[in-house]
Amino acid sequence: MEVAVHSPKEIIARRVALEIRPGMLVNLGIGLPSMVANHIPHDAGVFFQAENGVIGLGARPPEGMEDPNLTDAGGGFVTAVPGAASIDSAMSFGLIRGGHLDMTVLGGLQVDARGHLANWMVPGHMVPGMGGAMDLVAGAKRVIVAMVHSARGEAKIVPECTLPLTAARRVSLIVTEMAVIEPTADGLVLRERGPGVSVEEIRAATAAELIVPAEPPEMTLA
Amino acid sequence: MKKAIRPEQAAEMIPDGAVVMIGGFMGVGTPERLIDALVARGVRGLTVIANDAALPGKGIGKLVSAHAIAKAIMSHIGLNPEFQKQMIAGEVEVELVPQGTLVERIRAGGVGLGGVLTATGLGTPVAEGKRVVEVGGESYLLETPLKAEFALIRAYQADYAGNLCYSLTAHNFNPVMALAGATVIAEPEVIVPIGVIPPDSVKTPGVLVHHLLARAA
Repeated sequence: MEVAVHSPKEIIARRVALEIRPGMLVNLGIGLPSMVANHIPHDAGVFFQAENGVIGLGARPPEGMEDPNLTDAGGGFVTAVPGAASIDSAMSFGLIRGGHLDMTVLGGLQVDARGHLANWMVPGHMVPGMGGAMDLVAGAKRVIVAMVHSARGEAKIVPECTLPLTAARRVSLIVTEMAVIEPTADGLVLRERGPGVSVEEIRAATAAELIVPAEPPEMTLA
Repeated sequence: MKKAIRPEQAAEMIPDGAVVMIGGFMGVGTPERLIDALVARGVRGLTVIANDAALPGKGIGKLVSAHAIAKAIMSHIGLNPEFQKQMIAGEVEVELVPQGTLVERIRAGGVGLGGVLTATGLGTPVAEGKRVVEVGGESYLLETPLKAEFALIRAYQADYAGNLCYSLTAHNFNPVMALAGATVIAEPEVIVPIGVIPPDSVKTPGVLVHHLLARAA
């Protein structure tokens, strides 16, 4: 049998896609998280929110058919699906903070043993601002961190975040190309292994302690 | 009936050092002609309350490049490297505010509320120096209202009563800022006769709008 070989980001996007259920309202962050939409069937009844003001985000329009008043939160041109709604920022963040957003998928710089996420600044290097990230992490029903497992050989899943936190709230799930990890009250639980990745390899690439159940399965991909 | 004014007339009303709210998200829904006129008049020392600093050459990015901003209250400045440089050089003071908190602080300023309680920012640097209030066993940060001397609004359609409606993701901060500026100047894409915009489509009632920008010549 031929096995498809995916890039790390592709593995992450395909695995996160399986977390999304029909009828959900979902916010995807810029970059890697936005790739998740490519793996959701069009008839799944999933609505994607862009926090700049649209529920029902669609694909990029064909060249020449862009509307300067219709972009995603990264400023890229998008379309709106049938049934879409345009909203102002107060409504948009009301949905986010008010518990109406079923899921947010964001990138991460660090996640720690308590499940705390840091993803908005590196003091002295990068101070872009938090944008909507703090509201999304504080308010969404489920928070999924989609990130590569380590950066330039440095672990991103750490005992305690050294970077400023995005929220005090524990995130729901961490999905990397090596593992699916669930932060719980007891600590980080290894739920699934990446394609062809062993528990030992995951442990070696993870600075935080992992709780490992007997024989965690290999992840399936959308 | 509102009388439409030219961009340079609007720019003359806004003095150096004014506190100005400007609508837009990465330049989408930003009153570009108003900004061009402010840059042309050489405005200095503005306090700008806005979602973000946009990109060089676009929207608020033009004010950044013209060194017109002394203080910014924004949620995101990361896509404008010029602004990052000015901040690091100490040329501009920046207060970073979570986006949902920013819009609610503006709303509070515009609708007569004394502040907002939000869980956003708890346990982060945003909470430093702020009061934590417990309600029903939950903790919230007390965030204070924001007001401005001027709100610069981008709309899709306006009529001569000043009623505004907006297009798609160009709503963003505009309808909320229209409540929080002492003087509201709106730059619509088109101005239509009174009666053309159905009452149900009006998002900003004309009573809030002081000046309309005439269409581009």
